[in-house]
Amino acid sequence: MLKKILIGVALTAVYSSAVQADCGFTAGNVSIIGNEFPAIRTVAAGAETCGVGDVSVKSNLTADHQKLNVAGMTTDPAAYSVAIIANSSLVSLMNEDVVRPLDDLVAKYGQNLKKSQLITVGGNVMAVAFMANAQTLLYRKDILEEIGVEVPTSYEEVLAAAKMIKDKGLMENPVGGAYKAGWNLAQEFINMYMGFGGEFYQPGTAQVSINNDNGVAAIEMLKELTAYMNPDYLTYDSNATSVEWEAGKVALMSMWGSRVGPLKDGEGSTAEIEENTIVAGPLTVGGNSLPATTLWWDGFTVAKNVSDEDAAASFQAMMKGIDPSILNDETMPLAVWLMDGYEPSDISAGVFAAIEAGTTPYPMLPYQGLLHTALGAELPDFLQGKEDAAKTLADVEAAYTEAAKEKGFLN
Amino acid sequence: MSLALGACCAGFPGYLRLPSIEIGRRLEPNRYVESMKHRPFFWFVLPSTLAMLLFIALPIVSVVTQSLYISHDQVITEVENCGPFGCTTETKVDSQATQALREAEPLGKWNGLGTYFNRGHLAVSEVAFAWRHASGIGDFASRLMNLPFYKALAFTLTYAFVVTPLTIVFGFMIAVAVNTLSAKYKGPVIFFSLLPMIVTPLIGSLILFWMIDAEGIIGATLQYLTNNPNLSLKASTVLTWVMLMVYGLWHAAPFAFVVFYAGLQTMPQDTLESAMIDGASRWQRIRYVVIPHLMPLVTFVALIQLMDNFRVFEPIVGFNAEAHATSLSWIIYNDIGGETRLLSSAATTSVLTIIGVAILLSPVLVRTWRDFTRKAH
Repeated sequence: MLKKILIGVALTAVYSSAVQADCGFTAGNVSIIGNEFPAIRTVAAGAETCGVGDVSVKSNLTADHQKLNVAGMTTDPAAYSVAIIANSSLVSLMNEDVVRPLDDLVAKYGQNLKKSQLITVGGNVMAVAFMANAQTLLYRKDILEEIGVEVPTSYEEVLAAAKMIKDKGLMENPVGGAYKAGWNLAQEFINMYMGFGGEFYQPGTAQVSINNDNGVAAIEMLKELTAYMNPDYLTYDSNATSVEWEAGKVALMSMWGSRVGPLKDGEGSTAEIEENTIVAGPLTVGGNSLPATTLWWDGFTVAKNVSDEDAAASFQAMMKGIDPSILNDETMPLAVWLMDGYEPSDISAGVFAAIEAGTTPYPMLPYQGLLHTALGAELPDFLQGKEDAAKTLADVEAAYTEAAKEKGFLN
Repeated sequence: MSLALGACCAGFPGYLRLPSIEIGRRLEPNRYVESMKHRPFFWFVLPSTLAMLLFIALPIVSVVTQSLYISHDQVITEVENCGPFGCTTETKVDSQATQALREAEPLGKWNGLGTYFNRGHLAVSEVAFAWRHASGIGDFASRLMNLPFYKALAFTLTYAFVVTPLTIVFGFMIAVAVNTLSAKYKGPVIFFSLLPMIVTPLIGSLILFWMIDAEGIIGATLQYLTNNPNLSLKASTVLTWVMLMVYGLWHAAPFAFVVFYAGLQTMPQDTLESAMIDGASRWQRIRYVVIPHLMPLVTFVALIQLMDNFRVFEPIVGFNAEAHATSLSWIIYNDIGGETRLLSSAATTSVLTIIGVAILLSPVLVRTWRDFTRKAH
């Protein structure tokens, strides 16, 4: 009798979990590679609920995902059937032709998707976006009230406010910024250059052209801001600036929307700092109306070198991962989610303001990654005062041109 | 990835073989070799020869091949991209057209030594330009330091030639000191002295990185001691270099210590005692008896450490120091770690690193060979 009950309980457990998952398929291998931050962890955990019975769902979430995804999807069969990517990283997968168009899968299994979630390249759906992101101003309300200044809307106003905070002795280095040499610093330059209305390439070509007045103005603004930053700024990424913010050392910084939630989660800081941490829209620069930031989406794409069955299973598992049912009190503030059922809060105000202000998305060009790397390697020379702005920008152009020749984008 | 790793491991078999050569030699070298007939000898070395071919020779051939080719010309088409933020006209690689090119010539486009001489590597034309237009030797040097390869080479060589001798000196001093301890304390002291070597380099450097932060215990103490609230170890190039080298010493000294300590256990006591009877002071005993006895080990440690230090990498990543210090290995990592991988660049730097290791080790190898042939006769 007892045995029967136990078997019954066990069967019910298996059955109910299978019903709970209800991903619409019963067999297949799903393997996910992606970046590691709370919002993506949520999506991957949602997809993993499909892993019952003959279905296997594994995920590898790491900050090094860009070093792994191309190699892991080039093999046949691919080691990863799904890559979670953003505007910039989709391009490197498409350059190597390792991801498949998703139109038929969207038609079959993606009825719940909004049209705006579909990333189409030349008419083919190449990825499905689930969240939006942008860097916008984060400020300390109490500090700005103390110096009697309105919320800054431009980098020039940030500089003025920073000077007042420093002169009043409220903070030694009131400005924060992810200026770590490499990817982060390059991203800050790209934001600033876009704010000045700069164009990265000669129209219609892969020939870079940033050594101009806009480039010089952008890089000089970066340097002016560093005067109000912790002297170690060239080693600070978003993690380090978050720590500085929570420690109450910083009053103004341009921060990723997806990073604000953890700053106001009641952990790692004092209630006073958290209550006074407010998100504003993107900053402008140089008297222009253009926001000095870029829009980003995060989404997923499916490998080319997997069987059609596994591709379908992967797509359906990811649809489960981004199903509106994953949204609850805990996951809602983690990102600006693009699916139905998302309720914006004051934390997401920055990203919405950036979208409304007509911010340009980060360019999806096959050679943009090369320029990003070249910027990250050469800009520190100028910030350290080793050479002038024009020389640094010429070095960036030279480094980019060399890399673009190697990759066959330039002759 | 495997391509570039060839450089890092090129020196590895030396690491494995050297101690046995040393020991075999100091025991009875001639009888050891002569007693082995050709057939057994062949079967004896076959596994390691195969392993070396497979894991060292083949990757090096592959890296050299890769460095001579670059990607095919990309066929670019204009497309309309749409997403959550509207539509824009951008470009993409025409994968079908590019695929055809790749299938015709899978290795890529022949570039000969082009990648070796370009700005990212030996920068021949940039160096020539700097030489012609530099106002003096200082100006030439600073122009050279603006080129990524020479900048990395400068740090790599400085690191190797500062850290290696210091490692030997400190390792020797620790070994002599520990050797004089009473047996009761030796075990625990040796264990704690080895800890820095046991800690993974990346983790060790991350721990130190946070300690020397302006808010960290070492950083804040230094600010207090120097009475300078803006002192930052991470913001100054000179201090960053010093910090990386101190870290390198901290990490490597236990290795030298343990080798020298083992050597001290083989000290012939009668030689030491006769030196004492002759009235040699403690310093004289170390200078004229201990050091000559350990000399082959010094060569061994120098060899290993030069190789290790020439491919310095983890501390640069751990200390986020790339704004101030880069190394050849770091360049390789940077080339293959970007969103768009530069395999040919990485392969070229790998080959240049292998050549660098060979040049660096040649004096030590020549010396070892001379010692060997002299003693064999």
